[in-house]
Amino acid sequence: MRHEEGPLTGSPAAVVRIVGVDKQFVTDRRAVTTALSGIDLEIGRGEFVSLIGPSGCGKSTLLRLIGDLTSPTSGSIEVNGKPAHNARLGREYGMVFQAPVLFDWRSVEENVRLPLELLGMSRSEREARAHEMLALVELGDFAGHHPYQLSGGMQQRVAIARALALQPAILLMDEPFGALDEMTRERMNSEVLRIWQQTGTTIVFVTHSIPEAVFLSTRVVVMSARPGRITRLVDVPLPHPRNEETREDPRYFRVVTEVREALRAGGGLGGEPQMASEERVAAEGGIG
Amino acid sequence: MPRSPERGWPRRVGIFLAFGLLVLVAWEGVKVIGGDPWRGEGWTWEPPLEIWFASDLLLPHVWDVFGALAAPVQRGSDESLAQFLVGAALYTWREAAIGFVAGAVIGIGLAAAFVHSGLLERAFVPYVIASQTIPIVALAPMIAFAVDDPLVAVVIIATFLTFFPVTISMIRGLRSPDPRALELMRSFAASRRSIFWKLRMPASLPYLFTALKVAATASIVGAIVGEGPGQIRDGLGRAIINFNNQYISGPEKLWATIIACALLGIIFFGLIRLAELVALRDRGAVPDAA
Amino acid sequence: MTAAAPSVGVPLPPTPGVAEKLTTTLRHHLPAFVVLVGGIAIWELLIRLFEVRAFILPAPSAIAEALVENWGAGRWPLFASAQATLFEAAGGLVIGTVIGVAIAFGVARWANARDAVLPFAVAANAIPIIAIAPIFNAWFGVTNPVSKMMIAALLVFFPVMINVTRGLTQVEPSALELMRSYAASEWTILRKVRLPNALPFFLTALKVATTLSLIGAIVGEYFGGSSTVIGRVVVQSASALRFDVTWAAILLAAVTGIAFYLAIVALERVLIPWHASVRSGEPG
Repeated sequence: MRHEEGPLTGSPAAVVRIVGVDKQFVTDRRAVTTALSGIDLEIGRGEFVSLIGPSGCGKSTLLRLIGDLTSPTSGSIEVNGKPAHNARLGREYGMVFQAPVLFDWRSVEENVRLPLELLGMSRSEREARAHEMLALVELGDFAGHHPYQLSGGMQQRVAIARALALQPAILLMDEPFGALDEMTRERMNSEVLRIWQQTGTTIVFVTHSIPEAVFLSTRVVVMSARPGRITRLVDVPLPHPRNEETREDPRYFRVVTEVREALRAGGGLGGEPQMASEERVAAEGGIG
Repeated sequence: MPRSPERGWPRRVGIFLAFGLLVLVAWEGVKVIGGDPWRGEGWTWEPPLEIWFASDLLLPHVWDVFGALAAPVQRGSDESLAQFLVGAALYTWREAAIGFVAGAVIGIGLAAAFVHSGLLERAFVPYVIASQTIPIVALAPMIAFAVDDPLVAVVIIATFLTFFPVTISMIRGLRSPDPRALELMRSFAASRRSIFWKLRMPASLPYLFTALKVAATASIVGAIVGEGPGQIRDGLGRAIINFNNQYISGPEKLWATIIACALLGIIFFGLIRLAELVALRDRGAVPDAA
Repeated sequence: MTAAAPSVGVPLPPTPGVAEKLTTTLRHHLPAFVVLVGGIAIWELLIRLFEVRAFILPAPSAIAEALVENWGAGRWPLFASAQATLFEAAGGLVIGTVIGVAIAFGVARWANARDAVLPFAVAANAIPIIAIAPIFNAWFGVTNPVSKMMIAALLVFFPVMINVTRGLTQVEPSALELMRSYAASEWTILRKVRLPNALPFFLTALKVATTLSLIGAIVGEYFGGSSTVIGRVVVQSASALRFDVTWAAILLAAVTGIAFYLAIVALERVLIPWHASVRSGEPG
């Protein structure tokens, strides 16, 4: 799915379409909580969209809904023109979690090969693709290493290589750099941008760092908690390629401030009353 | 508990040997103090006390036991006791190995079934656990009676003792993967079969090896127990029964047999440990011993 | 990566009533019960159907009959035998536990002790009890229950020692650091951190030990003992081809073992109700 045009050229077709989505959970004590309420969102091809909001605003839940790792209580989610469920079965997206979740009995290369094995690719194709992906994240020299020999940042890069192995149209990333230190994090931000430009993949990125969201995205989705909903969509009209100088650009600071104010306005000021559903919904296990 | 780097393995082996030496010294020391009279070339030593278990019958001299190993196993036999015991140990080990493999396969199979079906688990796990409360020495005669081939009976008994630790450990092991790893597989739309072979099984290997180490000794116990009622002549079980009957005339032989049993168990255990080190070499630190 | 599901919520209808709890418990235990009843029924059916001769494999009804017939008196008094064997097992359990715990304390405290003792313990565990039993019988006297107790103690010692050692040493490093920041002595750390940490490990070992102690006692009896013990009943009834009595004895031994085990489970509920495995009601 290599995309010839740069991400900002042309009018992007909607890759993800979320309409009227609610998500409710039943917690331990049989109480119902509303994680998301009335979500409408469209994400265009080649966009880099960040979801940002305070704890409990449902950004991770929304990501997992797109990835069909959980189902909405009501509303619909379409990916590439088909229901999210079919998109998952069609292996049309890659996912990167906060922890790398590498299999410690497999080497770096074997970890990247995992989705390719599941797809049933031939051996030579698998090897070629795995090497290609490792080169993309600049870990080609470490193909034979094992996870315990790599640093956190490197492991996360392997996870990204693995997520991209099937060359999905969409990459879903859930606070992938949250566990890394600040400097590694900034380096990884540049890495992700480079990969995004090289592959043209649409990226949906969850974070609670405002600078990170603004630096990476073409658009920032600001969310609020209790119940989770989208309060504001902020465009980021900064030019590409972005680098260290971008972080010192006055326009960058303006967008950061805009996002920050949107966050403050949306969350925690006693806001909207809690919406609880009357019906009981089967719990889907609130983990992760 | 992390192994501190200063305690290198030469030092640990040294301490172990020193302790072993201490045990031997204590053994003979007790006999010096309270055992039977010691007789040598032209001298006698009469121990001052009488410690009830230090007699030559109940606690043979260490050198007598080793001496018996070199001596013929029976009056007029060509074979030394040592040769006899090695042969018996190998015979027993073959039976144990078959039971070991069978028990491991059954254990893994059961665990796989239980992990995939909560219903099967709730229905059968209590009986898996209860099965081990049945003393195998009691079942052995009946199994030997019901099954014609004595070798099959022995293998059945060895399997019976082996499948339990493997089942219990594998249930835990197959369930051990991080929920996030399971989610990852789901995000790849992996089938249950793929998840089993690519995630659950590799993740459960450390647990499997823990169980196999226990199963190794269990299979040997099973084989030995089964040989008695099975009327098998050539194994360690028969040797124990015979030398037990002959205890009064030659206690050293039974003691030598015990050493043989212990060595067999240790060697089998050691083999599994080696296999574990090889299989788990890429996963970072392998935990210590037992 | 937790799905944000804040615990603030509108509490709904009251906690599940007695009827609901009963149904859940029932559903949980029903499959095992069905298997038990079904298994016995099928066994009985097969025996009758194929007219298997009683002395090869008795039917459950025959076993039940033998159980009742031989309960009190007669050639194989089952109840008295079970009592005697349980007595031996309990004695062995106590001895093995005491020694195991004592050595565990030593091994946990001094690394030298660990290096010296652990390989021996592993080796001792590798010796099939079937080899040691005759020696112990010879030492303590074949008809003396103490010989069986010592055999049981030997089987019990290893799991208890290993588990208590683990429990005393596998403490969260951060907990130890906390105590050191209070300049706590080793003795205090032992009392306040290691001992409570070791309790669940100890009880786990105890559960295994109960079954082992019973097996140890019976194995010892296999090689000789007074005639009113389970091991001897098994051997003698088997050689007389009265397998119905043999099975009845085995059944009794198994039930005793399970009861012994459940006693520890109950003890666990009392002593460590806070532990994760006790809360979630996991078996074993």
